[in-house]
Amino acid sequence: MSTLTDPPTESFRLSQLIYDTRYRSITIQVVAFILILAGMAWLVNNTISNLQALGKDFNFGFLKNAAGYDINQMLIEYNNQMSHGRAAMVGILNTLLVAFLGCLTATVLGVFAGVLRLSKNWVVNKLMAVYVEAFRNVPLLLWIILIFAIMTESMPRPNDFRGEDATSSMILGDSVAVTNRGIWIPRVGFTNSISGQEAVAPTEGAVPLASGLFDWVVIFGVLGLSILAIRFIRRRADRIQEATGVRPVTWYQQIVLLFVPVGIALFALGATIVQPYLRGFNFTEGIHLRNSLIALWFALSLYTGAFIAENVRAGILAISKGQSEAAFALGLQPNRTMSLIILPQAMRVIIPPLISQYLNLTKNSSLAIAVGYMDVRATLGGITINQTGRELEGMLLLGGFYLVLSLLISGAMNLYNRSTQLQER
Amino acid sequence: MSDTNAKSVSYVRDTMLDEQTPPLAEVGVIKWVRENLFSGPLNTVLTIISLYVVYWIVSHIGPWLVNGIWDAGSLTECRAIRNATLGEGASAACFAVITERWPQLIFGFYPRDAYWRPVLALVVFLLGIAPILFDSLPRKMLVGTVATPFVMYMLLWGGSIWGPIVIGLGFIVGVFAFRFLAAINALLGTIGAILGPILFWLLLAGPLISVLNGATTIGLPFISSKEFGGFTLSVVIGISAIILSLPLGILLALGRQSDLPIIKYSAVVFIEVIRGVPLIVWLFTASLLLNYFLPPGTNFDLMLRVIIMVTLFSAAYIAEVVRGGLAALPKGQYEAADALGLDYWKSMRLIILPQALKISIPGIVNTFIGLFKDTTLVVFIGLLDPIGLAGAIRASTEWNGVYWELFLFIGIMFFIFCYSMGRYSQYLEKKLQREHR
Repeated sequence: MSTLTDPPTESFRLSQLIYDTRYRSITIQVVAFILILAGMAWLVNNTISNLQALGKDFNFGFLKNAAGYDINQMLIEYNNQMSHGRAAMVGILNTLLVAFLGCLTATVLGVFAGVLRLSKNWVVNKLMAVYVEAFRNVPLLLWIILIFAIMTESMPRPNDFRGEDATSSMILGDSVAVTNRGIWIPRVGFTNSISGQEAVAPTEGAVPLASGLFDWVVIFGVLGLSILAIRFIRRRADRIQEATGVRPVTWYQQIVLLFVPVGIALFALGATIVQPYLRGFNFTEGIHLRNSLIALWFALSLYTGAFIAENVRAGILAISKGQSEAAFALGLQPNRTMSLIILPQAMRVIIPPLISQYLNLTKNSSLAIAVGYMDVRATLGGITINQTGRELEGMLLLGGFYLVLSLLISGAMNLYNRSTQLQER
Repeated sequence: MSDTNAKSVSYVRDTMLDEQTPPLAEVGVIKWVRENLFSGPLNTVLTIISLYVVYWIVSHIGPWLVNGIWDAGSLTECRAIRNATLGEGASAACFAVITERWPQLIFGFYPRDAYWRPVLALVVFLLGIAPILFDSLPRKMLVGTVATPFVMYMLLWGGSIWGPIVIGLGFIVGVFAFRFLAAINALLGTIGAILGPILFWLLLAGPLISVLNGATTIGLPFISSKEFGGFTLSVVIGISAIILSLPLGILLALGRQSDLPIIKYSAVVFIEVIRGVPLIVWLFTASLLLNYFLPPGTNFDLMLRVIIMVTLFSAAYIAEVVRGGLAALPKGQYEAADALGLDYWKSMRLIILPQALKISIPGIVNTFIGLFKDTTLVVFIGLLDPIGLAGAIRASTEWNGVYWELFLFIGIMFFIFCYSMGRYSQYLEKKLQREHR
């Protein structure tokens, strides 16, 4: 008969900090923490002494000073008397604009190319393979410069559009002018604009037209409400289908809801298409897409599109054939199989890399420097730094902007991942 | 039974028919074309559209390529030759710019009589990396691999031979310190392996180099980083960053997966900050701000700064790829390693990393391809990579106005490098595939 004895009470010995795994982790972390702190202190200390040596201080007051430079593309009102902060804002909006346009076209291109690369058609298949490989294996910078050079060197001058024996003509029913100074496309103007913006006559003697933020808010607001109403109708149809087994016919309601309210809004505001035309040495009116924007936008879209094509292809290939066979065995039609069985599963594979491609595209838009597009790098991180001599503050703000943008996008991606993840144990 | 029937019933054939040739539409080219190109209305439309696209591209670029002029001294001369042979306004490339300026595009401003050095360095690199890439080669070649970085440094920058040798000796000191001290105690061994070389470099290396230099000066003429340019620059930056960023990336990934919160969060912050900001901003940081962060008076090579920045940048990306590989391993692998009683480093080295790295190979190679393409961005901080040199060539009076030929040349060079890396990753993926064979 043996009695249980208490285990000998352990007294803490100093050597346990190294040899005992329970305490070693603390030792390692404390050492790492001290090293990191020391490193940061060293950097900060160096920075302070360097700033002192140069006679500079560290403050962001320069953002309130007058910028004194012009920006050739602005989405919000700006002139050179406004502050550096405002100039940075113009740059940020330009970055976001090209990133948004790029993501849009890259997705369309990428989905097309990805699907067509899986086609059994040999010619289509190989053509898409050439596209994808060419863009994936050559630096983006080269594509941007190439497209910019095509625009500036190979396109007709505005003067070539002039006169009886013009060597060039506008395309798409005289509405789009492609020149070596950029592309002019028609814009929508409103005769009864409610934005309070100053109205301009598209040609001499014509009705003055304006287009401002408020007009578009009204139109997109109406469109949004229509879409909400359509969703309501669909839900109702779903409910009726679940209750009775018969789905009410709603397509005509949906079409009417989608088009009629927007049509009424456009009519009430007096929407008219304003076409660009030649005046003086250049085209005027319409929307002027500068070469820098075109080159950056097209190159980013084509380049990122090639990567997205690979993601889409991988996503579709990842769904095993058994899934579609099972859907057919259940009696689902091919289009229902696609929308209910294949796509939801493929999306789970496609969307995370797709979003990281969006992230890459946004960061790559900083290559705007190659063609002089006025993005945030060019305004805040370029001219502002050169004029004020505030490299440290300017670069910190610039880096901070990109960091916040990336964290927002990747945060959204993590949320999505969490909601669609398959649960392991 | 059948015999009797065969005899008695006249309409039953009793000999085999000869093999017939299949219908024309079911064999060879016609069948292939019908099945692959015109199997349905949609497919037919697609085929016609793609054929038109191909025709459009070939008809626009084909003559330009075929008529290319390879021998001329300037663009005006090119145009004169074109007008004389093909007629005014014909489409013809002026590849003469490549025949005349290719050494500059490839070597930058590297001295002309030393062109053999980067070429030999590339050969040394390929020989050094061969045993790592292909495991059918003899293992003894790995000894040469260890010496490769030092040989490459000597060839590219030159200078006295003793510098790289003494620096290399530091690593040998580390290895010996580990051998001797690990016999006494594992921890002491690790500390010795880290402190030994550092002490050697700080205290002994300087005097030793000057003593050796005083004794004999063997070596190649020194070539400063300013002379580097063109593809030599891209490849040197690319290869250095690739070699340095892989171990750093793996360490960062392990740090991010670590159970120790301080290590984990510092790795997370480092990775996210680096990844969240475009490379261009980091390069500007390297060229504008690095002087702020270092002790007053420090000033070092712009190329070295770029290599450090590109290394840190791609290490963060590799860390994420490797983390994906670590996360993709089933939990059982970690638990089995623990159950065997392996400590952290042994379980990582023997169980986890070999599998995780195998999964992450395609991602790692993609990161390297991206890194190599991103070396073109150094043009914005004043280094003359191929794209920068193309601008410089265009700025000369002879070649003012040459665009497409230079772009084509640079594009093809990059394509060859990146495409072969991609193919190698596919080969490796196939070779390492263990399941579903």
